[in-house]
Amino acid sequence: MAAKKASPDLVNSSFSFKSLKLKTKQQELLLRVSILGLVYVLAFIARLFSVLRYESMIHEFDPYFNYRTTLFLTEKGFYEFWNWFDSESWYPLGRIIGGTLYPGLMVTAALIYWTLRFLRFFVHIREVCVLTAPFFASNTTLVAYFFGKEIWDTGAGLVAAALIAICPGYISRSVAGSYDNEAVAIFALLLTFYLFVKAVKTGSLSWALGSAFGYFYMVSAWGGYVFIINLVPLYVLVLLITGRYSMRLYVAYNCMYILGMLLAMQIRFVGFQHVQSGEHMAAMGVFLLMQVFYFLDWVKHQLNDTKLFQTFLRITVTSAILVGGIALGVGTASGYISPWTGRFYSLLDPTYAKDHIPIIASVSEHQPTAWSSFMFDYHILLFLFPAGLYFCFKRLSDATIFIVMYGLTSLYFAGVMVRLILVATPAVCLISAIAVSATVKNLTSLLRTKQKVPQTGSTKGVGSSKSSSKVTLDQSQPFHKNGAIALLVGVFYLLSRYAIHCTWVTSEAYSSPSIVLAARGAHGNRIIFDDYREAYYWLRQNTPTDAKVMSWWDYGYQITAMGNRTVIVDNNTWNNTHIATVGRAMSSYEDEAYDIMRSLDVNYVLVVFGGVTGYSSDDINKFLWMVRIGGGVYPVIKEPDYLVNGEFRVDKGASPKMLNCLMYKLCYYRFGELVTEYGKPTGYDRARGVEIGNKDIKLEHLEEAYTTSNWIVRIYRVKPPTNRL
Amino acid sequence: MMNLSRSVALISLFLLPLLSFSFSVDNPTDRRVLVLLDDVSLKSSHSIFFTTLKSRGFDLDFKLADDSKLALQRYGQYLYDGLIVFAPSTERFGGSLDSKSIADFVDSGRDLILSADTSASDLIRGIALECGVDFDEDSSAMVIDHSSFSVSDGDHTLIAADDLVKSDVILGKTKIEAPVLFRGVAHSLNPTNNLVLKVLSASPSAYSANPSSKLSSPPQLTGSAISLVSVMQARNNARVVISGSLQMFSDRLFRSGVQKAGSPNKYEKSGNEQFATELSKWVFHERGHLKAGSLVHHRVGETDEPAIYRIKDDLEFSVEILEWSGKSWEPYVADDVQVQFYMMSPYVLKTLSTDKKGMFHTSFKVPDVYGVFQFKVEYEKLGYTTLSLSKQIPVRPYRHNEYERFIPTAYPYYGACFTTMAGFFVFSFVYLYHK
Repeated sequence: MAAKKASPDLVNSSFSFKSLKLKTKQQELLLRVSILGLVYVLAFIARLFSVLRYESMIHEFDPYFNYRTTLFLTEKGFYEFWNWFDSESWYPLGRIIGGTLYPGLMVTAALIYWTLRFLRFFVHIREVCVLTAPFFASNTTLVAYFFGKEIWDTGAGLVAAALIAICPGYISRSVAGSYDNEAVAIFALLLTFYLFVKAVKTGSLSWALGSAFGYFYMVSAWGGYVFIINLVPLYVLVLLITGRYSMRLYVAYNCMYILGMLLAMQIRFVGFQHVQSGEHMAAMGVFLLMQVFYFLDWVKHQLNDTKLFQTFLRITVTSAILVGGIALGVGTASGYISPWTGRFYSLLDPTYAKDHIPIIASVSEHQPTAWSSFMFDYHILLFLFPAGLYFCFKRLSDATIFIVMYGLTSLYFAGVMVRLILVATPAVCLISAIAVSATVKNLTSLLRTKQKVPQTGSTKGVGSSKSSSKVTLDQSQPFHKNGAIALLVGVFYLLSRYAIHCTWVTSEAYSSPSIVLAARGAHGNRIIFDDYREAYYWLRQNTPTDAKVMSWWDYGYQITAMGNRTVIVDNNTWNNTHIATVGRAMSSYEDEAYDIMRSLDVNYVLVVFGGVTGYSSDDINKFLWMVRIGGGVYPVIKEPDYLVNGEFRVDKGASPKMLNCLMYKLCYYRFGELVTEYGKPTGYDRARGVEIGNKDIKLEHLEEAYTTSNWIVRIYRVKPPTNRL
Repeated sequence: MMNLSRSVALISLFLLPLLSFSFSVDNPTDRRVLVLLDDVSLKSSHSIFFTTLKSRGFDLDFKLADDSKLALQRYGQYLYDGLIVFAPSTERFGGSLDSKSIADFVDSGRDLILSADTSASDLIRGIALECGVDFDEDSSAMVIDHSSFSVSDGDHTLIAADDLVKSDVILGKTKIEAPVLFRGVAHSLNPTNNLVLKVLSASPSAYSANPSSKLSSPPQLTGSAISLVSVMQARNNARVVISGSLQMFSDRLFRSGVQKAGSPNKYEKSGNEQFATELSKWVFHERGHLKAGSLVHHRVGETDEPAIYRIKDDLEFSVEILEWSGKSWEPYVADDVQVQFYMMSPYVLKTLSTDKKGMFHTSFKVPDVYGVFQFKVEYEKLGYTTLSLSKQIPVRPYRHNEYERFIPTAYPYYGACFTTMAGFFVFSFVYLYHK
């Protein structure tokens, strides 16, 4: 993109010495708009790989729930949706859907759907859901442009828009079909930040109001809003400490906080958390601190005696902190203010979840991030980021302080949890864009000065913004023209590598729906495993409508959405005990498990098994988490019983409990008769590369009901109690 | 004999379309009974028992146990509704019959009377084992009792048993006064099986051993752990009687007088006939068979069944229970039928009141808990068929507009809210226009 931006400059300059200044500006506007338009389109089409390669379908797990609820919303209307009590999940507890979800995504999709219907485009709601994420990714590029323009200049804005359009860290969560909260939430997050920075910069109530509404949208869309409600006060605190307190800040923060809080309370799932939960207390503390500051400012203005003011300051600050501390202490002790949740703790202390909350630690996207995935998701941004920080520090302003803080905090969180790379991506893109834009601008202006047209070169990029960048970007280093050209070529080479990398990653890694698996055959041909849908459709068509299906919670949403059957647990992991009960059933012997299943009225048990295809994220590989989660609530389940010398095995050396627990039996039932790979013995598990240890599995209380063509999903029927015993 | 059985088979085949309706939900009493004998002479030696059955309208089909044409079903349809196996020594049944097909017969909801005797074959033991009854492993062992034997014979293996199960449903309303004579093999009940129960137990002084040899080791089965006659009612309400003595159904013991050792009471006639007759009435569903209509529930003041309840709704619940009298369905009258409103555990447990016309009803308030509940009627009463009915119904919380609009305790807050607004207005006014 930088190439696009720079090359017109040359064209521009060769043409422009005769033309009017206004004309140049118009041309520039035209260029800017067309570049943005291209970026907008690019962001959309780069995310369509999965639709072209597979079909227009919803991906993964959570999106199926979102899709189901959206469907409900469009069919039954908003009030039914708001009051929806779902008796098909979490049997027999049920789930109040309206009160336990963030409705932003569904309402957004439904609005788009209704708008299209109104305009007489009779699309199916599924298509809308599939394309919501790319659409909002495109919108995010626009916000990124304006944000970049706000913190640096238009050039940086354009580069930021281009970078974020194809950044894998963002694409991973916003490809077509990835109909998840994050799809709209990143847009809302960036919008809120942009509007807040704008409000701080202008001190205008209307921008602050806009930011409050942006925050409201964010709260309605994603639980990640907690990041905003903590980052913004932190930013304000930093400004206060660094002596950058101003009336603009006061207006912006107070308006945004109070209105944002009141609006956020309208979301049922959030409710009174803003005044009652420990995670939101920082914002309230900073709000009070602002009032103290304002008060002190006023007193300082009234008193003209510095000494008196110093003592007054000391007394006021200590008493304010004391009062705040006591209020917090009393609130926490009395239980009015809830303590931090486990999720929040696990962000601050990466080892917390592993020791205390296995249900959070069991999710692969909650694992600490590996270095390779940083490289994978950011590519060149990873080292452009520090360079961008350097430029930000060189030109400190309220806006750059904000982006620096956003970048640093979110990057820390990205290191704690893989999925939070997503939150850091906009910041990384913006800061990197500053680095790219500033470097390119410096280099081109260097080239330009040698070409004896200094005045156009220096005014061009910054023309619209009133910042004083050209002064700070000094030419202390005596660049040679050749050196500058070499560096420019280097930058363009890097950017082109980035574009290639992003496209490759999108196509290879992030565009598989995970509900349909693909593999390469022996001749390099593509093999599609559509076992999941096969199994869910079987459930839909062959089981009684009130049948209850027990499976590990990962598949709950898909079973209810595609199989239309009641599940015991699903991906909304709100009740740990219920999940632990299922984990206990899976890790018990068959007759013990049978009692548990009877008590939950289970009719069918569904397991996912990759031993035939070599699909590695199956239930056997997840099994230790079932044991841990089950054992966390029911101490009769002990993890060492399933391990041999601390090692998890399924072959002959496996522990006897492992070889006879329900999950093992259900996965490997009749597997001992099967030859999976030429030249290997029967019962050779390709996912784990071993011959299984128990080939003679007899089921007493369950019977095989259905096994999909590649054995990925196996469904068992729970038999009624024996007639005569 | 061959001719006869063939003609009977032919007739039954001919009558099949008519007969196949005889055993049904609406008419649970058995009609067609296959009697398997290991000796033709049993037919005459046990004639009283068979005659009473015939006189009650049963269609008995006598066959030898090793008859090569034996079959319980043809073309997937059962030919009989009940089975009497009086063939304790048979090692193998003829035809397609084996212990598994008899178990399947019971699992299809049909009834069985199985009688073993001393030296019962493994086949018979196997069938009994399927029904939760273990006969003494020693094939020559018999029940011996040195204190409650019948005086008339002086033989300590002829037991005069009077420890009967106390159930009017199983043994009829008329009390069996005379002791029941029993000579045969002991059995015990499988402790894990809670469907089987003793109808006739041995006295505490009984034991199971070979009467003709000296006891070398303590007997395995002793005292009241010994069951002489047991019944089992399967989950599908198929009924099974297992007796350790074939003789107890014989004309000889039916007719003989009895005096229990140590007891002054002497009876002209043993209790066997009454016992066997009443037991056969129970096992062939002439008594103690209940039928329930569907569970009906609705909100108070409405008549239609809702798809979902709201917490704290008042509801009315009713169910119709009828009892089979042997000829027709009569209202069942009891005061111990209960309904549960159940979600993992019963939240409401209420005893239903009856209007003596077979309708049981109650009303209660839905608990303040949402979830997927079930109305459950689990009625298990000794001797009666088990009623196990459930109906699922979700219970939702309040909708957003079903809460109270104004809460009296919150009036200070409403007041504070409006005074703040008014105060702000006044303040702005004063601030802006006061000089």
